Amino acid sequence: MTPLAGCLLVSALLFSIGLAGALTRRNAILVLAGIELMLNAANLNFIAFWRFGPHPDHPIMPTPGMLGAPAPEELTGLMFVIFSIAVAAAEAAVGLALILAIYRHTRTSDVSEITEMKG
Amino acid sequence: MTLRRLVHCALALTVAFAGLAALYLNLGAEFAGLAQLLVYVGAIAILIVFAILLTPTPAGKSGLPATRSAETELDKVFSPAGVAGGVLALAVFAVLAWAVMTSGVARVTAAGSGPAPASSMRAIGFALMERYVLPLEVIALMLTAAMIGAVILALRDRRVVPAETAAGRSPELRG
Repeated sequence: MTPLAGCLLVSALLFSIGLAGALTRRNAILVLAGIELMLNAANLNFIAFWRFGPHPDHPIMPTPGMLGAPAPEELTGLMFVIFSIAVAAAEAAVGLALILAIYRHTRTSDVSEITEMKG
Repeated sequence: MTLRRLVHCALALTVAFAGLAALYLNLGAEFAGLAQLLVYVGAIAILIVFAILLTPTPAGKSGLPATRSAETELDKVFSPAGVAGGVLALAVFAVLAWAVMTSGVARVTAAGSGPAPASSMRAIGFALMERYVLPLEVIALMLTAAMIGAVILALRDRRVVPAETAAGRSPELRG
């Protein structure tokens, strides 16, 4: 098994654990934690493909004269992961604030008991 | 995810995030690994622990959840809906693993043999300031908006509750 396949399997396992947590747990905080795990699985996929994928502009043997900034196309996967981490941080902050607001409103954090919008 | 106490779940989640950061560092992505360590282990774990602290379950008012509530929680996990969710997640994992193993990724051996792509801090800084400057500005704006939104969401009821307590007793305290 190549390292890329190993990383992808770890990512798939992480995604499945997150999905199981988001689907089975009733506590809203743990549902959010499961969503975070799934986001992390996507990040791991980005990193793995960035590390092991083909880089058309990447020189095979970097010469000492090329110590300047490399072509920014090499860093696309890494940049995507950094922006994704920022988005995940914002999402977690807003999600936890929402959970706190709902908890103050209904005195519960059980997602199966919050049925005020049920028709 | 199947642990009984919420705090244990949060600690396991923190360990998983730290392991993922170590994996990033191992794969040659130093900046992403350190950002993962700072953001997830440092910030999101603290946020989740504080959220657990601020939302006690009704059965666990004394701080520690009673064993009965833990058992009912475990029964909820093994309820038909919980079993269906677990089976669905297992099916998703099976399909993903099958897709990975049968694709060309598992057979290509030359892909992982090359050196890690250059990702020095200097290169990342140049890329952030030159090519990715528009996404950087957008993400900064979005983080600011998210922070303001989170503060407003967390503050809105706190402004209502002192009004209730000033008028008398809040309904929760009276009941």
